[in-house]
Amino acid sequence: MAKKVLMKGNEAIAEAAISVGCIHFFGYPITPQTEVAEYLAKRLPKVGGLCLQAESEVAAINMTLGAAAAGTRVMTSSSSPGISLKSEGISYIAGSDLPCLIVNVQRGGPGLGGIQPSQADYYQATRGVGHGDLRLIVLAPSSVQEMASLTAQALDLADIYRMPAMLLADGALGQMMEPVDFSAFPKRDVPEKTWATVGHNNARPHNIVNSLYIDPQVLEDSVKARYQRYAEVEKNEVQYEEFMTDDADIVLVAFGITARICKSAVTAARAAGIKAGLLRPITLWPFPKDAISAAADHAKALMSVEMSMGQMVDDVRLAVNGKKPVYFYGRTGGMIPSVEEVTKEICSLANAL
Amino acid sequence: MTTTMIFAGSGGQGIQFSGKQIAKSGMYAGYQVTFLPSYGPEMRGGTSNCTVVISDEEIGSPSVVSPDIAVVMNKPSFEKFAPRVQAGGKLFLDSTLIDLTTDREDISVIPVPATTLAEENGLNGFSNVILMGKIIKETGLFKYEDFVEYLVASIPPAKAALIEKNTKALELGYNYTV
Repeated sequence: MAKKVLMKGNEAIAEAAISVGCIHFFGYPITPQTEVAEYLAKRLPKVGGLCLQAESEVAAINMTLGAAAAGTRVMTSSSSPGISLKSEGISYIAGSDLPCLIVNVQRGGPGLGGIQPSQADYYQATRGVGHGDLRLIVLAPSSVQEMASLTAQALDLADIYRMPAMLLADGALGQMMEPVDFSAFPKRDVPEKTWATVGHNNARPHNIVNSLYIDPQVLEDSVKARYQRYAEVEKNEVQYEEFMTDDADIVLVAFGITARICKSAVTAARAAGIKAGLLRPITLWPFPKDAISAAADHAKALMSVEMSMGQMVDDVRLAVNGKKPVYFYGRTGGMIPSVEEVTKEICSLANAL
Repeated sequence: MTTTMIFAGSGGQGIQFSGKQIAKSGMYAGYQVTFLPSYGPEMRGGTSNCTVVISDEEIGSPSVVSPDIAVVMNKPSFEKFAPRVQAGGKLFLDSTLIDLTTDREDISVIPVPATTLAEENGLNGFSNVILMGKIIKETGLFKYEDFVEYLVASIPPAKAALIEKNTKALELGYNYTV
């Protein structure tokens, strides 16, 4: 009883970051993630860190780049429209091979959209978060406990692979409270940052952090070298959870808050005699394509459930590669699908099969 | 066993505090809990609500359309949530502020004149805690003594002066009968 605390998802991100030594934060307020900065503003000065409210998201992401170049653990946080503003800086960070954590507590879009929860930035996070050939490690928590544990993991992964990582959450996860245990985050071995641009009294050649390569051959070589690291990430870091998929005729694929709703719907469908299951990607990049392909071998159909008009469903179809039909159900604009409506979708799909 | 609850009223009535306190108590009592607040402009007045789920199993959706229990502290919230309470569920209301009735016969309606009770007992601002007392009594979610302990535990040392008023308000609601 003593170990767990009741906390908002946004606060859990902040506390977890501090607990793994990320004590530099640059951000700009936006609903529904402002509690991340609010919490850090209170705590970071007490632990020798820095929480800075920049003049804009663009400034904040470039300050993040600077702090990362100096070899510190650093994060920034925003919600959908703010992430769009940060996209140039994120591309520069990727092109400079710098590790950092970018948190997106998604809200409805496009444009200024709304302030209620959404998952419609899936494409942005996994495809187009900045220009050029680049990837982010994208982790999708589905509980307040995972808001904490995946924040800690994301910071380790960023350091290990020297690349930016994103925590892709949503307004519901950011605002809701659940019990959290901060006592046991598995620690990974993280390499020393010998590339950091810090003072050294001329003891070594200068380190340079840069994303500009005028010579196309040099640029191609640098991108290819980066893609070798991306291949390592794809090989080593895929994470997902399976729930009742073993004998499932219908396998739902859902991440984040939607996965919890789907879990309840799967249980309800099972009670009605329908063999349903759930595969929940925890890493959205790297995407658990082998697991989904394996599920498609024994299931009759798959259904991607998302708080968007259908984005992850593309990756599910690529993984299934035509073996089985892939359906989609979604709500968007800040609407959260209810357990009842997802259960109904499963039932009508079961009837049609 | 899963219990779903919605608390709703006006900003400043302590709706979020009530929901949070029940969720925290559920955690202390060893249950799985979720607390989902409405967020946005309501923080600055207007209607405010939150959803609490308490369960001995893993909780799926933290958002609930039809709760087992609704606690309403203003008229718009009564109108919105009275029709949504599950059949067999309970509807608690501050009858000082809400003079509306529902024709539903499949739910228990439990009116408590919480605002009047608070005013008469020097407990202005504690009508939400008075209602909480009645909720503990009628739902059996927690043992009364345990809930008092959880309530006291969640009052920070700097606000220790509020312990007495909180426990007094809770007791008042717990013992209230029509």
